[in-house]
Amino acid sequence: MKRFILAALFFGLMLLAWEWAYRAKLWSPVLLPAPGQVAVYLKEAAADGTLAHATIITMRRLLVGYLVGLIGGLPLGLLTARWNVARDTIGTMALGLQTLPSVCWVPLALLWFGQSEAAMLFVVVMGTLWSVVIATETGVRNVPPIYRRAAMTMGSKGLHMWLKVVLPASLPFIVSGMKQGWAFAWRSLMAAEIFVTILTGFGLGQLLHYGRELSAMEQVIGIMLIIVVIGLLVDKIFFSPVETFLHRRWGTSNA
Amino acid sequence: MTRPHDYSTAKEELQPIAPSKLVIENVSKSFRASSGTVLALDRVSLNVAEGEFVCLVGASGCGKSTLLSIIAGLEKPDSGTVFADGKRVSGPGRERLVMFQEPALFPWLNVLSNVLFGLNLKHNLSRKDRLDVARYYLELVGLTRFERANTHELSGGMKQRVALARALAPNPRVLLMDEPFAALDALTRDQLYGDLQKIWQARRKTIVFVTHNVREAACLGDRVLLFSPHPGRIQEEFVIDLPRPRDINRIDLAEYANRISTALKDIGRTERKPALV
Ligand SMILES: Nc1ncnc2c1ncn2[C@@H]1O[C@H](COP(=O)(O)OP(=O)(O)O)[C@@H](O)[C@H]1O
Ligand SMILES: [Mg+2]
Repeated sequence: MKRFILAALFFGLMLLAWEWAYRAKLWSPVLLPAPGQVAVYLKEAAADGTLAHATIITMRRLLVGYLVGLIGGLPLGLLTARWNVARDTIGTMALGLQTLPSVCWVPLALLWFGQSEAAMLFVVVMGTLWSVVIATETGVRNVPPIYRRAAMTMGSKGLHMWLKVVLPASLPFIVSGMKQGWAFAWRSLMAAEIFVTILTGFGLGQLLHYGRELSAMEQVIGIMLIIVVIGLLVDKIFFSPVETFLHRRWGTSNA
Repeated sequence: MTRPHDYSTAKEELQPIAPSKLVIENVSKSFRASSGTVLALDRVSLNVAEGEFVCLVGASGCGKSTLLSIIAGLEKPDSGTVFADGKRVSGPGRERLVMFQEPALFPWLNVLSNVLFGLNLKHNLSRKDRLDVARYYLELVGLTRFERANTHELSGGMKQRVALARALAPNPRVLLMDEPFAALDALTRDQLYGDLQKIWQARRKTIVFVTHNVREAACLGDRVLLFSPHPGRIQEEFVIDLPRPRDINRIDLAEYANRISTALKDIGRTERKPALV
């Protein structure tokens, strides 16, 4: 409760400072609108459905891209952990491509797929896939050999060993890889939506883009807020409980 | 012992199984290390009778763990053969279960599920039988109350008890124990000596027990085999002729321990001054 009050106080003060800066005309009002103006924009956008519509479109793209990245990344990570040949080839490629900022995929995606949903999906998948591959590989390689030896003596081998020992043993790594993959997917999608202005649907990134085109700063800031809140919510609703569960099981933290 | 739980359906699975006879013939094993090739085992031969409790004692690095891994089938010898009941050991199998120095419990499973791990690989058992068997062994090691606990919530001694229950549950013929109590405090250890002897007598297993604690060896073993290092060989054998269950603090046990200890020191001396050999 005390922590909640402190946090509320912090954000309240931020808002106050913002309002004060606006009134003191530290910046031109064109550059930074007042918090109230942003709130008005958000209310209107929520009322006429723009916001919900854009959020749904964005989340759908994100989810599809993220799932494809996960479904591709997990097996590839297992493969690179299992066979050195895969590690030297796919693993090295993953390591390299992971360092590539996802916005760098946009020109390629545009050339290959044009202004389409496919281009967007491609960018998100590229942003997610490689970090998931690497996290999975790291996780599997960090499984203490003693677990495998113990399981082996009890008659575990092959698929059973992978499903019942290696995968659960690397779960903490895989979950942090999934979390990182999620952050990357989110960033990639925003980059894609800002650059790929397609007609199949306006996502949050596109709203942001058009806010800039129209010099509607309250729209830009409002959408930025929404993006931050979505990121926070996903973390709190999905990843935090999973991490807490893992910490409790493994005894790795006092969280 | 009182048994509030009804294990009747799993009765067949809980029947003691005939312990194995182990024959180890001329087993050699070397490792390539950064400092060159290490001969960890040099033509080691050894017979263990059905239901016998054998302790291997030796300084650290003399190949005890390596021998245990080879008996378990986790590692292949360079030459020589291990036979269990006349059959050549070519890989790990659940007739020979290992208990390691670290408990090696799976942190993603709770206590009960850890004990169930090996049982789940016995496909002829029903879910209920497995649960009954697992609970029977948890009771045997005195951890019934903790079946839902996470492994990290247990003390070191409790962890090793779970590891023991997990190794016993699939009803192996041989139990291979690699310094299982070395990391525990003396009090917990003394208790486990009693428990282990009781369990061994109740379940009739062949046990090969590695330790560098001579007292522990004299307390537990029917026979104590002394290993010499570089290359690893069996140097001497002591038959411990004392009634069971043995208390670790018995006087006559101390005499055996002293004899083994002296022999161990002799090995250390000859090794340090090769000229005297
Ligand atoms: N996987 C390995 N690689 C290289 N050397 C090893 C390996 N395992 C054991 N050794 C060496 O073999 C010798 C015997 O080791 P080990 O069987 O663990 O001894 P103990 O259990 O008696 O302490 C040691 O010198 C050790 O360094
Ligand atoms: Mg050892």
